[in-house]
Amino acid sequence: MAIVVVDGVEVEIGDGERLNGVQAARRAGIEIPHYCWHPGLSVVASCRMCLVESGKRDPATGQVTLLPKLVPACQTPATDGTVFVTQSDTVRQARAMVEEDLLIRHPIDCPICDKAGECSLQDYHFRYGRAERRADLRPFTSRRRTLGDTVSLFVDRCVMCSRCVRFCREVAGTSELMVAHRGAHEEIDVFPGFPLANRLSGNVVDLCPVGALADRDFLYQQRVWFMRSHKHVCAGCSTGCSIRIDTNQDRIHRLKPRANAAVNQWWMCDEGRYAFKHVHDASRIVEPRARVGNRWEARDWPSILDALRGRLADAPSITVVLSPHQTVEEAYLLAALARRHDPSARIVVGETPMRGADESFPTGFTIRAEKCPNRRGVERIAEGWNEAAGGSESSDDFGWSAFLAELDRGARPGAVWIAGGGPDGAVDPETALRLRRTPLLIVQSLFHNPLCDQADFVLPATAFAEREGSYVNATDRLQSFAWALRPPIGVEPDGPLYWKLLDRSGLYRGPVVLKEIAERWESFAAARGSIPETGLDLGGAVRPQSTRRPAAPVSTT
Amino acid sequence: MGEYEPVLLANVGVAGSHTRAVYESRGGYEGLRRALCDMSPADVTERVKASGLRGRGGAGFPTGLKWTFLDKKATPVYFCLNADESEPGTFNNRILMEEDPHQVLEGLILSCYATGARTAYYYMRYEYPLAWERTRAAIDECYAAGLLGSNLLGTGYALDVVLHRGAAAYICGEETGLIESLEGKRAWPRIKPPFPAIEGAFRKPTVVNNVETVSCVRQIIDRGVDWFRSLGVPPDPKNPRDAGSFGPKLYCLSGHVERPGCYEGPLGLTVRELIDRFGGGVWKGRRGKAAIPGGISMGLLREDEFDCPLDFNGPGRYGCLGLGTAAVVVMDETVSIVDVLHNSCRFFAHESCGQCTPCREGTAWAYKILQRIRAGHGRLLDIELLRGIGDTIGIMPGTTICGLADGAAWPIKNAIAKFRDEIETHIKTTNPGHYGATRPVPERHSAH
Repeated sequence: MAIVVVDGVEVEIGDGERLNGVQAARRAGIEIPHYCWHPGLSVVASCRMCLVESGKRDPATGQVTLLPKLVPACQTPATDGTVFVTQSDTVRQARAMVEEDLLIRHPIDCPICDKAGECSLQDYHFRYGRAERRADLRPFTSRRRTLGDTVSLFVDRCVMCSRCVRFCREVAGTSELMVAHRGAHEEIDVFPGFPLANRLSGNVVDLCPVGALADRDFLYQQRVWFMRSHKHVCAGCSTGCSIRIDTNQDRIHRLKPRANAAVNQWWMCDEGRYAFKHVHDASRIVEPRARVGNRWEARDWPSILDALRGRLADAPSITVVLSPHQTVEEAYLLAALARRHDPSARIVVGETPMRGADESFPTGFTIRAEKCPNRRGVERIAEGWNEAAGGSESSDDFGWSAFLAELDRGARPGAVWIAGGGPDGAVDPETALRLRRTPLLIVQSLFHNPLCDQADFVLPATAFAEREGSYVNATDRLQSFAWALRPPIGVEPDGPLYWKLLDRSGLYRGPVVLKEIAERWESFAAARGSIPETGLDLGGAVRPQSTRRPAAPVSTT
Repeated sequence: MGEYEPVLLANVGVAGSHTRAVYESRGGYEGLRRALCDMSPADVTERVKASGLRGRGGAGFPTGLKWTFLDKKATPVYFCLNADESEPGTFNNRILMEEDPHQVLEGLILSCYATGARTAYYYMRYEYPLAWERTRAAIDECYAAGLLGSNLLGTGYALDVVLHRGAAAYICGEETGLIESLEGKRAWPRIKPPFPAIEGAFRKPTVVNNVETVSCVRQIIDRGVDWFRSLGVPPDPKNPRDAGSFGPKLYCLSGHVERPGCYEGPLGLTVRELIDRFGGGVWKGRRGKAAIPGGISMGLLREDEFDCPLDFNGPGRYGCLGLGTAAVVVMDETVSIVDVLHNSCRFFAHESCGQCTPCREGTAWAYKILQRIRAGHGRLLDIELLRGIGDTIGIMPGTTICGLADGAAWPIKNAIAKFRDEIETHIKTTNPGHYGATRPVPERHSAH
């Protein structure tokens, strides 16, 4: 066990760990300011903000010998006996010098800069900078240049930390960004005709410690201090990146990745980052509707709940189609609802939207082709319920295509409830027609789709940010989250809706339901304790993707 | 001291000295033939180590010691010849490469043999077209004569020399900057450790040596350790860390002297000796005012400090950074120190690679302050600002990765320490009534 001393505080470092000064100090609760260092990128030690005094403690005598000069903490390994001094006068002067240097030419446009409020340069200046400006040079106004479809560069705000350049080289592997010119004339740029256009481009904005790189989608939309951040999980694909949803007044303004070594490292893809537009789409279904004869009638929730209860109770048999966009808890409750009315109700897992192929990046970050967050979680739920009813374990038994094939063979369930929640992947009209003879068809959807035309009840579905519960990602990692956004007026999120239909008392809360599930089934046994912020591995029962077959084209008869 | 007979420059001035025929007729490649046949690489290294040869590129690191740092287990080992001579006032490598390219090559081959390198990268700066042509021709001659290639002189040792032309940047003379540039990247010096001897060019152990250094290696092999140690200044017995300054040195003398040029002498000549004996005195009968001891990054000497000996310790005793390249630039009494400093700051602001914040912003800021002082808007406060910049940038305070910033800082520090009165007078006379201002003054020049 190595012992490192940071400002007199002893920090223990595990045997296999390789930490630098910044990380070791963090363990001691001391923040060393830095711009260029990032745990996910190579070390360049060029911003010089993390300069500290360092030395060695003699193990025998306890005598500390400091080096005669400052060293960058990011480049100094924390080994046994290493001493860091982060609060001395020399260190303070060095920080003030770097801050002064960076601000010599930095435009004073904080009032219109998106980064203001979460800007390292701003924060460090208040904490470590000089009280007055000595340089009598006129700072530039900020020139703006478009680097690609997603990112704009405010050239003169840049502090040349080169994080974005290293990201494009080391993580995205596409090397679009470069440093042009030399010395104080340096600028970040792209080659003409080769814009910043990789699938991870938005990350350079997160990496930028100042306001130089701006997200074009977010530009001038919000002051950051007005927004509230909610920890959530991206629903864009089955990777399930840990994210933050930044909202203000019931609108999502941006998604940002959270660090999670087991899932997304520090990154997220552009597809996921900008996949929140549908949440605020004006064409969303925001009221429950019932079919009366040949027309739709909007109903209020109390009456529609009564109608649903009655019709489900009368149905001779029930099939529920769970959506892979639902959380584990919601899927569980919907299946429970079906089993309550029909002890042998069929539990089917809806179609998994697939697009393209998995794409892995040099550091292991993967964008998956399975464009839903929770197929594995919902399948575990379906398995659990089907086993409870003595069903077989074959996935084909509860697959969407198997269900359709059954319908074609003449099976006539008394009631079918099809859950939804995906932004797209609507069922095609032909498939929808195969369900037309169902006596009671309840469809939940975000947008109107062909299935709704066949339905007796259309209920608004829940968008990912409005959900509460857990997703199980492609590596069987369960991550829990609370809702980030209130749904539009008229939308009852899945969880509370099923909770009410089950006549349970109190309010729907994800953790309570997850506890119930974990107690009930071995496949969720790992979730019996508390769920860490970065999720936990459910382990076992890995169901390979290949066993799932796409819906076979069957002619409607 | 008796008359010194030049050895490094022995062939300079001989007709056709850049060809192999002339070089060999004057004893060239004999040392190499002997060494390849009779000596093991370890013997060569041992001999260079015993000679006390220190790198001639500026830092003065013991060459033999540098070679022994190589990671023995890792292969291949690369040798980089640093011919990116860009220190202002320095041109000794150019003379060697233009007039005696084979001497450099012989030294290079010997050094590669000693270090076990099978590939040598000859990194030459862009601005030397004649040296480029002659070195290229000399390499071709060596390949034709079996002095380079897969089997050197039938000994089985193989060596290839790759001549690489830089793109004219001062920072490429820094050894890790050179390596980065060689690899096709921006010449941003690397963070150390790992040092190039462990992980250098193409992530392999690498030695980087200066042209004059390898030429000295050739002389050591030719003439022996004793001859080498008979020249120069022995170590200071009171300083256990002093390795001494042995051997011949090429001094570049330029500026306001009657006969500027590249002169050879043993290490330890004084600046005054150099000006008076070799340079014919300060020109036009004027008095000297200041001199740069070894390239502008080493700082400035006042006229009364001209007795500073040019060995590895001498300039340090006079407040300069070190010997540097021993390129002495002499300034006569008409020169304004403000102009000198302005020129020096302009150079470093232009050449800063821009990687580390203190150097990138500090050099540019210093240049802009000096622009303003020259334009007649100086404040006495500016002297303190400049001194602050000079004191805080560089690897010595630990605020940058490479030594470029130290080189930028030293002229500022020296000028303020040694010529403060003159700078103050300049500010007061050009900006009467306003020089005491502490408020920012309006900017005269555009920011860029």
